[in-house]
Amino acid sequence: MKLPAWLHKFASPPHVYGFAGALYPWLLGLSLVLMAVGFYGGLVLAPADYQQGDGFRIIYVHVPSAYLSTAVYALMATASAIGLIWRMKVAHAVAAAAAPIGAWFTLLALMTGAIWGKPMWGTYWQWDPRLTSELILLFIYLGYISLRGAFDELGKADRASAWLAVVGVVNLPIIHYSVIWWSSIHQGPTIKKLGSPSITMEMVWPLLLLIFAYSLFFAAILLQRLRAEILDRERYSRWVGGVVQATASPT
Amino acid sequence: MKPRNQRMLAVGIILVGVSLAVALATQAFQENLLYFYSPSEVLAGEPPADRRFRVGGLVEADSVQRQDGVLEVEFRVTDMEQSLKVYYDGVLPDLFREGQGVIAHGNLQADGSFRADQVLAKHDENYMPPEVAETLAKHGHPVDTAGQPN
Repeated sequence: MKLPAWLHKFASPPHVYGFAGALYPWLLGLSLVLMAVGFYGGLVLAPADYQQGDGFRIIYVHVPSAYLSTAVYALMATASAIGLIWRMKVAHAVAAAAAPIGAWFTLLALMTGAIWGKPMWGTYWQWDPRLTSELILLFIYLGYISLRGAFDELGKADRASAWLAVVGVVNLPIIHYSVIWWSSIHQGPTIKKLGSPSITMEMVWPLLLLIFAYSLFFAAILLQRLRAEILDRERYSRWVGGVVQATASPT
Repeated sequence: MKPRNQRMLAVGIILVGVSLAVALATQAFQENLLYFYSPSEVLAGEPPADRRFRVGGLVEADSVQRQDGVLEVEFRVTDMEQSLKVYYDGVLPDLFREGQGVIAHGNLQADGSFRADQVLAKHDENYMPPEVAETLAKHGHPVDTAGQPN
């Protein structure tokens, strides 16, 4: 299988560096505007829940974070697989840049869940299938990051950590289906079944908008981190010297 | 075979292999992964008698009995087929009420009742403003904890 031609451009670090730099401010700006709208809709306009009162509003942080914790992992694993199969260094750079962001989203999902769980369930933590598999996801992220750090040679770090990322994909369906396969304290998916009254319109539109806004925010941060990662990897190349001189010289 | 295709095959084989291993492992541990038992399962003697376990179900309507001045409370947990009497001495979570899903952790006593040392409320996936819940109830469609409107 051959890669399509337009993808070949994305194997070139200077091209990706420039592309990411051009896209970054737009993604960041749009995500911040949408976040403001989404939080206004969720925290001000949406009504309180019939059982949880205002406590339910933590879903506007919890659900997008939890969604991204797995989506970022899927992206990281895909980039790792592309890096392994096509020996594409930029793909490894994408995976390496994504990992810490994914780990933070995972931590945020776990922490907001614990804060909500104490008053609603009566406990911060339970060794429940959903909670445990999400915690394992955090450990896989941390393992990925430390494994990268354990090698002096970049190529070895790329390959070893990419295999870990690919193997860890097994955890994603477990997280997703844990509430369906096993009896669990965590509730089932709310947004999946549109139509039945799982959640009212006034509550769900800010949630969907925020999931989108968080995703754009992730994309923006990823591109900025990717630029740093590329500069670091290519630090001995001539084009990076040019970039550094251009930023340093004006004064 | 080209080296690239070999690597693709390697990634595929690893993925399939690990998925298979995890699927078999979770199948084997299905019983240990079971987070709670239903009252019917408890009455059928499924949970081990000498170990602590969890019972999950709905708090049966009109079954909650409190005594003045103490935290001690008793109620029945039902799965709509059978129900189990539960004693608990402690603070109940905010969402605890009759008809609500709960999970009680503790052990079975000699008289067949359940002594819980922890009671957790299980929230469902329904979110709605209070007015909607009232309207649903008025029209005979109370939202039950199994997640589907009756």
